[in-house]
Amino acid sequence: MLLLTCPNCGERNVAEFRFGGEAVKRPAPEDVNRATWADYLYLRRNTNGMQREWWYHTPCGCWFVAERHTRTQDVSHTAFWSPEG
Amino acid sequence: MLQLIRHGLNGKRPFPRMWREHELKDRYEVVIIGGGVHGLAAAYYLARDHGITDVAVLEKNYIGSGGSGRNTTIIRSNYLTPEGVLFYDESVKLYETLALELNFNLLFSQRGHLTLAHNDSSVRTMRWRAEVNQLQGVDSRLIWPDEIARLCPQLDLSDHPRYPILAALYHPPGGVIRHDAVVWGYARGADLRGVHIHQKTEVTGIDVTNSRVTGVRTTRGTIKTGVVLNATAGWATLISDMAGVRLPITTHPLQACVSESLKPFLNVIIVSGSLHVYVSQSDRGELVMGASVDPYTSYSLDSTLGFLEGLSGHLLELMPSLARVKILRQWAGLCDMTPDYSPIMGFTPVEGFLVDVGWGTYGFKAGPVSGKRMAELIATDRTPDLLAPFRLSRFEEGRLVGEKGAASVGH
Ligand SMILES: Cc1cc2nc3c(=O)[nH]c(=O)nc-3n(C[C@H](O)[C@H](O)[C@H](O)COP(=O)(O)OP(=O)(O)OC[C@H]3O[C@@H](n4cnc5c(N)ncnc54)[C@H](O)[C@@H]3O)c2cc1C
Ligand SMILES: [Zn+2]
Repeated sequence: MLLLTCPNCGERNVAEFRFGGEAVKRPAPEDVNRATWADYLYLRRNTNGMQREWWYHTPCGCWFVAERHTRTQDVSHTAFWSPEG
Repeated sequence: MLQLIRHGLNGKRPFPRMWREHELKDRYEVVIIGGGVHGLAAAYYLARDHGITDVAVLEKNYIGSGGSGRNTTIIRSNYLTPEGVLFYDESVKLYETLALELNFNLLFSQRGHLTLAHNDSSVRTMRWRAEVNQLQGVDSRLIWPDEIARLCPQLDLSDHPRYPILAALYHPPGGVIRHDAVVWGYARGADLRGVHIHQKTEVTGIDVTNSRVTGVRTTRGTIKTGVVLNATAGWATLISDMAGVRLPITTHPLQACVSESLKPFLNVIIVSGSLHVYVSQSDRGELVMGASVDPYTSYSLDSTLGFLEGLSGHLLELMPSLARVKILRQWAGLCDMTPDYSPIMGFTPVEGFLVDVGWGTYGFKAGPVSGKRMAELIATDRTPDLLAPFRLSRFEEGRLVGEKGAASVGH
């Protein structure tokens, strides 16, 4: 079973969380065109390996970022989002 | 029987192999990556309809080892969008004559397919689907508990469950088939016409010069070719990355399981969107059951207890009488999910690099039609009308083909 560490609440069963997809950088609204916007909305790396991704912990209502291996399910790191990444 | 025993004792093969093994040539006219139903059907129709037989199908494992050998074999055309309904309906029609065409017993059983509605908004969606289906000439209609009870008396149709059954979308031509036989039948048919099927041959790179495909690198050597078809489903983005083409696809596992064998009692396929569960009974008497994709992206084929618990709970809400039935096996396959629950077929920005991907949890039923139409696309270098709505560029154009309402429970 996958265990995730919520930065607020500590280690919990994955059933308490919601997956938010791989972390993608939102382009600045003033310099998007059709292609860059479609890229942001739809195109994904779909990494077979370590992936930076969003998770939501339902009981405490917080979003955070995790680094998870998409084949072995090892989670190396979870933290609140910060602009430095 | 006696023959079988005799051949068993003398150790000889009573039947020839259904497809041959070949040396990997250093050049093919068309290279198809992925030995699932999609890749093999495309190879078959290229040879049968267009006389293009200088074709290699490259499969890293054995054919049918991907989703094509792991699915729950439900075939139907009661989708939500007119584009989707037209497309899947051609596939159902091809499946109806496929056993004859391939001279292979596929055990296709069109026993009827029921999608249950448990609240007013799903009744509304079912009515919508029925209208779209009927306009395209597909047999599909809304039915009420009296008729549901006649088709499937085992369902709890009382008002006791938390999600009572209010109505159902009934699709009589919906059915199940023997998935392995479909894969083997296409493979044998393609092999007979000269296609080379290479198992245990993994693609490791794709050569692109000036935005044009020139070759494919594999664990058994390099091939020169001008046409590459990516038909690798759950692995689709890994292959497209090799050609520098990005796709709006994420890979999710989809799990399924079967119960011990029971006397035949379930004559139809039962699906509940709200409860995320579907069930049919196989020819061996096992209940074949599935749900929605795992809730996070992954390339792992592990089974989870969470899936089994969720599915059992939901199934028992529908059919409480199954409480003592045991589960025999559980497994997972990889699904290439797209944002609009529709596939991606056709040309890409790299010339000669084609895709037939995004099959998510629903692509087995589409094997024949995609194979046939992708072969036509390759032979004519034009997109057939039926495939046009599913082009890769639709995402940039903002013209999605939203099928979530008809495809979110994986079958
Ligand atoms: C549990 C489950 C239930 C399902 N139920 C249904 C259903 O009821 N009805 C329905 O219509 N659909 C269903 N599906 C979906 C369906 O199985 C798939 O959409 C379909 O089989 C995809 O076929 P394919 O030929 O495109 O891909 P696959 O059959 O997955 O074949 C892709 C092949 O590519 C190979 N490959 C990958 N990488 C490489 C490489 N580098 N080099 C060479 N080869 C490579 C893989 O080994 C694999 O064999 C279900 C799927 C699952 C997992
Ligand atoms: Zn928390």
